[in-house]
Amino acid sequence: MGVEGIGASVVRKEDRRFITGRGRYVDDIKVMGMTHAYFVRSPHAHAKITSIDVEAAKAMPGVVDVLTGQQIVDDKVGNLICGWAVHSKDGSAMKMGAWPAMAPETVRFVGQAVAVVIAETRNLARDAAEAVEVHYEELPSAHHIAMAIAPGAPQLHPEAPGNIVYDWSIGEEKAVDEAFAKAANVVTFELVNNRLVPNAMEPRAALAEYNEAEEHFTLHTTSQNPHVARLVLSAFYNIAPEHKLRVVAPDVGGGFGSKIFIYPEEMVALWASKKVRRPVKWTGDRNEAFLTDAHGRDHISKAEMAFDADNKILGLRVKTHANFGAYMSLFSSSVPTYLYATLLSGQYNIPAIYAEVIGVYTNTTPVDAYRGAGRPEACYLLERLMETAARQLKVDPAELRRKNFITSFPHQTPVIMAYDIGDFGASLDAALKAIDYAGFPARREKAKSEGKLRGLGFSCYIEACGIAPSKAVGSLGAGVGLWESAEVRVNPVGTIEVLTGSHSHGQGHETTFAQLVAGRLGIPISQVSIVHGDTDKVQFGMGTYGSRSAAVGMSAIFKAMEKVEKKAKKIAAHQLEASEDDIVIENGEFKVTGTDKSIALPMVALAAYTAHNLPDGMEPGLKEGAFYDPTNFTFPAGSYICEIEVDKGTGKSTIIKFVAVDDFGRLINPMIVDGQVHGGLAQGIGQAILEQAIYDDTGQLVTASFMDYAMPRADDVPSFEISHTTTLCPGNPLGVKGCGEAGAIGASAAVINAITDAIGNNKLDMPATPDRVWHAMQAPLQQAAE
Amino acid sequence: MYSTTYHRPATVDEAVALFAKGSDAKYLAGGHTLLPVMKQRLAAPSDVIDIARIPTLIGIEASSETLTIKAATTYFDILSSADVKRTIPAIAHLTSVLGDPAVRYRGTIGGSVATNDPTADYPAAVLALNATVKTNRREIPADAFFQGLFTTALENDEIITAIAFPIPEKAGYAKMRNPASRFALTAVFVAKLKSGEIRVTATGASQDGVMRVPVIEQALAANWSAAALEGITISEEGLMADIHGTSDYRANLIKVMAQRAVAAAG
Ligand SMILES: Cc1cc2nc3c(=O)[nH]c(=O)nc-3n(C[C@H](O)[C@H](O)[C@H](O)COP(=O)(O)OP(=O)(O)OC[C@H]3O[C@@H](n4cnc5c(N)ncnc54)[C@H](O)[C@@H]3O)c2cc1C
Repeated sequence: MGVEGIGASVVRKEDRRFITGRGRYVDDIKVMGMTHAYFVRSPHAHAKITSIDVEAAKAMPGVVDVLTGQQIVDDKVGNLICGWAVHSKDGSAMKMGAWPAMAPETVRFVGQAVAVVIAETRNLARDAAEAVEVHYEELPSAHHIAMAIAPGAPQLHPEAPGNIVYDWSIGEEKAVDEAFAKAANVVTFELVNNRLVPNAMEPRAALAEYNEAEEHFTLHTTSQNPHVARLVLSAFYNIAPEHKLRVVAPDVGGGFGSKIFIYPEEMVALWASKKVRRPVKWTGDRNEAFLTDAHGRDHISKAEMAFDADNKILGLRVKTHANFGAYMSLFSSSVPTYLYATLLSGQYNIPAIYAEVIGVYTNTTPVDAYRGAGRPEACYLLERLMETAARQLKVDPAELRRKNFITSFPHQTPVIMAYDIGDFGASLDAALKAIDYAGFPARREKAKSEGKLRGLGFSCYIEACGIAPSKAVGSLGAGVGLWESAEVRVNPVGTIEVLTGSHSHGQGHETTFAQLVAGRLGIPISQVSIVHGDTDKVQFGMGTYGSRSAAVGMSAIFKAMEKVEKKAKKIAAHQLEASEDDIVIENGEFKVTGTDKSIALPMVALAAYTAHNLPDGMEPGLKEGAFYDPTNFTFPAGSYICEIEVDKGTGKSTIIKFVAVDDFGRLINPMIVDGQVHGGLAQGIGQAILEQAIYDDTGQLVTASFMDYAMPRADDVPSFEISHTTTLCPGNPLGVKGCGEAGAIGASAAVINAITDAIGNNKLDMPATPDRVWHAMQAPLQQAAE
Repeated sequence: MYSTTYHRPATVDEAVALFAKGSDAKYLAGGHTLLPVMKQRLAAPSDVIDIARIPTLIGIEASSETLTIKAATTYFDILSSADVKRTIPAIAHLTSVLGDPAVRYRGTIGGSVATNDPTADYPAAVLALNATVKTNRREIPADAFFQGLFTTALENDEIITAIAFPIPEKAGYAKMRNPASRFALTAVFVAKLKSGEIRVTATGASQDGVMRVPVIEQALAANWSAAALEGITISEEGLMADIHGTSDYRANLIKVMAQRAVAAAG
């Protein structure tokens, strides 16, 4: 049965229901007496609400109630929180403005909820929402970092003077100054990391039910971490104590980070369900997803790197402004700090690093973690800088990287992270071979003769995954611990249920987690079910993000399995009259080594539950739980090379070949890993050439639909060439590192490095749309003509 | 307030009669423009009159001089028509780069031409080929039909019944797709008619919708080749500028797409 264990590319168990349309998403759930919520949202980027008149709306057919921001404040529902305390250089706490679930007085971004209509159908609610009369007094607004930090800029929150949330730093400024003082060469670079909209396939949704007799709430919602949602709803938003609040995240159609956070709409649905004494459902539409799902990225950075005469890096200095939008979302503060600047050493030996990050409020949708969260920004900055350096120093970009690679482990970087293991040279070598680096000049010439511009771009990324040791993140300001839990229940007939605090919303846990268990016992994965996403069923858990489910979630299962096996072996030894130490587990049987004596798993399980003949003092049953808290982050790393062709006439880039060599440690299911890499690469490529959230001069999101926001389609990406090099992660029992974000982290820099190589102009920001690339191509020609 | 009454007439006359009865009626063909707009509540017709199933509005006919595509024929049917491929392959190509399969199964040539979206594909072909727009009451030459953004010569209740394309000597279409919507960021249709007249149109470029490009027409009249366009410059005046492309970029695209369209036309 080993064929279904770790390392086997078994077909995903969950796909049968997804592919046949039998998934059960929040919006599929209908309950008796259900009402529908529709939000009235601000059309302005910044305005004072001077009056709200709900009477006409209340009188409309089918309307149950219309509730406003003032009511939710009056009912003492808590303001939204940010769960990671980040301190400025001067030691002061971050400066946060209040974020009520619906605005009572001031709106600060287009799409912010000001009132909600509860009605018998969604359409009736929508009709009535149009009849809610809100009068606004428009205020000047700032929608870009530069606008928000300019002198005299409109002020968003009284708590944050100059719209600065924090001015944070990491590393040693003095050491970096010294490094630059003795540098032979300095490379300087400025860049924009474009704002993205996550665009999960399933929009967010919530179904809230209040049981008056039990004083108990049930919330079905699109969450990546239902327990965290319950904790926050209970402890901070005063919805109900935890034991009176069940949160269920059923099938969830993608998250990419955007469904980690607890949003106003879920809070309002819960609160309203008690007020109207009916279940309340809200399902966002695509436009609401664009306007209210936390956006990603949005940095402006300046970076400088110092090299010695031998092209070895001496130091790195970075200054980044990060746009937080109008309010601080749940983990927003950590993204451009601890998830970003701690990765600025990349794969390189950099003796001194100093990074400053200034968090800025703007009149835009809140920004938070999006696939990669901080690490794509770090990788993009560093890998564009390395490519720029290679061009400036006139050295081969692969060799410049190789020369500066970290080669001995463990390695302590100047920015907190201690890399446990890796072999960066191996993945670069494999990537160079896969792309046929030696043959590139000839390919470039051939393309030139056909009137096309060819370029090659590298990106050697590293990321920190498996987020991570609770003690470490606690010391950095996290409000939660980041362990994971598991419970393994062997049923009396030998089938197994695994309850996990991880949450699958596309990752395939129902398959991979079952593979771990099935492989250890030598049974088919069909005998193992994975239970997740329901606070009533599963013990506490921290959920899925930051590529943590294999490294942390599966390690917890591993620990629980060890306990189960230990007890099962005791029972088997007792039944077989053998020594516990002589029992081995093979093909679903407990065997006495060196004999033909064995007992099958179902018989052991049955013995545990009949409890007729157990060793003296043993408790009946076969069920064990474990909490696992890792000792370190994990460090997936790899080398990506992109070969691109640019159409001179149109500026359109076509990816000819994309090589990805990743070191994810041990692979549980290589097919699923490939899928994760494909998706991540597509998102990274999307960021590089297609995607961008754009606000106009009045703070309207221009790209609020797929007609204007360009998502990568199948024909925008090539058939990827994926391979792996392997160093096993020493920090967890499975040797796994995580693979969920790598593609999105590493791809963008490779693509832009390739395009700038092709056109011979390094001044190019993402997304490298045909229009931008064409303009960048004209620039050097104009210079030449001058 | 947003409810509507759906009708499915069997004939054009019946459709027009139903239109007259509604307070704010709209014809529905493929629905790929009208329905999204209704979903966004930017349109709220009292009556929706489905003309996509009227038998006399569906079908393709080719004579030696003319290719006639009836108004409610879907893009998919146009794309799979042997007559279209044989007589005006540029139209088959244009249709193949219009939207995606879901759009092509539903969208109709009549709906596209009646909408006159400034970034739509068909208006470029209709105008370049000097086609005739046939309606339930008259025949409108292409030059008189398109009257600026989303505006045509059609009366409110008038129904396009067919588009009659003169079969040209040569024609070609080249499209730069908008990366998000995949409508035309700028596309150019070049045609050399049997009369010898050369007509070149661009869509997705002008602030006024589909346009003729006289500079290119003149250059091609002198020398029908992509190379003949090398030296020309297109003025960016009056061209669209948006998040997907500046006006100078679009001016460049007009030239580049024209060259590729000529190459495709042979
Ligand atoms: C995702 C997507 C991508 C698209 N991509 C492209 C593209 O790349 N290129 C492109 O050109 N278009 C594109 N379109 C638009 C598409 O071509 C539409 O189908 C077309 O614009 C309208 O045709 P329809 O048959 O769907 O008309 P409908 O939506 O049914 O009607 C549109 C309007 O035309 C009127 N109308 C329809 N038929 C007639 C008639 N016979 N006589 C008089 N009035 C009539 C209707 O009353 C209505 O006002 C796209 C649409 C979508 C949704």
